[in-house]
Amino acid sequence: MKVLVAVKRVVDYKVQIRVKSDNSGVETQNVKMSVNPPDENAIEEAVKLKEQGLANEIISVSIGDDKSQDVLRTSMAMGIDRSILVKSQNTLEPLAVAKTLKIIIDKEKPDLVLMGKQAIDDDSNQTGQILSALLNWPQGCFISNLKIENNKVFISREIDEGIENLETSLPAVLTCDLRLNTPRFASLPNIMKAKKKPLETIDIDTLGIDTSSKIKTLKVIEPPKRKAGIMVNDVKELVQKLKYEAKVI
Amino acid sequence: MSVLVVAEHDNKNLKSSTLNTISAAEKLSEDIHLLILGNKIEDLAKSSKLIQLVKKVIICDHEKLENQIPELSSPIISNLAENYSHILAPSSTFGKNLLPRVSAQLDVTQISDIIGIESQDTFIRPIYAGNAISYVQTNQKINLMTIRPTSFEKCEEAGGDAAVENIPFIDSEVKTTFVSREVSKSDRPELGNARVVVSGGRGLENSDNFKLLYDLADKLNAAVGASRAAVDSGYIGNEYQVGQTGKMVAPELYIAVGISGAIQHLAGMKESKVIVAINKDLEAPIFNIADYGLSSDLFQAIPEIIKELDLLNQIES
Repeated sequence: MKVLVAVKRVVDYKVQIRVKSDNSGVETQNVKMSVNPPDENAIEEAVKLKEQGLANEIISVSIGDDKSQDVLRTSMAMGIDRSILVKSQNTLEPLAVAKTLKIIIDKEKPDLVLMGKQAIDDDSNQTGQILSALLNWPQGCFISNLKIENNKVFISREIDEGIENLETSLPAVLTCDLRLNTPRFASLPNIMKAKKKPLETIDIDTLGIDTSSKIKTLKVIEPPKRKAGIMVNDVKELVQKLKYEAKVI
Repeated sequence: MSVLVVAEHDNKNLKSSTLNTISAAEKLSEDIHLLILGNKIEDLAKSSKLIQLVKKVIICDHEKLENQIPELSSPIISNLAENYSHILAPSSTFGKNLLPRVSAQLDVTQISDIIGIESQDTFIRPIYAGNAISYVQTNQKINLMTIRPTSFEKCEEAGGDAAVENIPFIDSEVKTTFVSREVSKSDRPELGNARVVVSGGRGLENSDNFKLLYDLADKLNAAVGASRAAVDSGYIGNEYQVGQTGKMVAPELYIAVGISGAIQHLAGMKESKVIVAINKDLEAPIFNIADYGLSSDLFQAIPEIIKELDLLNQIES
């Protein structure tokens, strides 16, 4: 089985983001960037499938500028065999990302595609679902458990009501929840080894797809700030405040 | 032009998220159609046609639609699309799972998790876990949108008499079969929709201690929530998680117990009207957004609060 993992480079989840002063977006220059957290779960799951002998080749793909090489190197340090960077100067919307991935998938012919359930920058939560529809492959979203046996795929999905269990088959597109696994840390020797693994670069303009934005961002603003509250001294005061000041109990 | 709302339901009742989404649709058109895809939904159609804002209820009733497999339901939606300027679904796991497939089939970009509607083509949505708010405009043949339920009021469930139209089921070849659903049963209010939410974090230390929170929740007729840390530690199920990748809540009162307040948690609850934080760590970031903070050991504070609430009730009765 061949597994393809899609990886996005995003502002690190620990960074307190800043809205640009001209309200054109969020500051991403000179900010720590990392692998989108649920994409790390997708990488980890692919590496586990290889360790279990279920996958024989695992590859990662990212779309972005040259700097996106670093998240691909990270994925290879975690155990991915080789990577593909689709070079694009522009930020792509989920539909364009899925179309781009489809072209890579048509060429690479993986049996399974894994990615995070959403990117923590635009919080769209769409790409896996769109890709599954474009490929006409089964979709399994927000998965927290995966078992593959004889070409059968058993997944548990995190839904608002609890957990949903589905059975499907390969090839499939699965999007990963943070609870799917615990991503490993790349060891120093593995980081060194990853530098020698193959990283292919493809210019997005050569793929012949429409990647233009369909959505125009008019402005990006800071959310309204909550005004600072007070500290109460004890439970009695808290309950009195809630009853007579806030009037919520 | 008309607006289509895709209903979230359990084949018996509409989820309240559907009512919030209908309110959002009202900002776009007076001609709102409600699409219900399910199995044995005659009764559901009868109750849904009473929603005042809905002009037409469109029903697709088929046993294969029982479990809301998106591969089966999305082609039916796409097939109706040409009649509408906007198609809306709640941005719950139901809507998130379904609507992007329609986006692929119609070749338009969907706009996720809308919290405000400025005009027919301009919408407001949070990005970066709500740490920035984006105003976006689109000029596509049809607008696909998921709606954050807590940002719109629930619409009235009565007073109307909409027409009901049955449409045929379109079969698609699907390789996915439903196995089971593990749903926790509770008499408490629904988390996304409760007036009061009591949430616990890693400070609770184990699942047994969550019983303390359940007792407090029952006193306040509150829903129970949890931080990701508490869910990851196995103290409580994933359906209770509040935050960027869990549920968004905006109750009148949110009580955070033993929750430090990671950005990803705050994203899910900072629209609450009144926030109470109880934490023994004075440095916990949750205190920066709380209206009332209590720096105290939760294992002492919670029983005391329950006692105080009992006292108040005695005085009142």
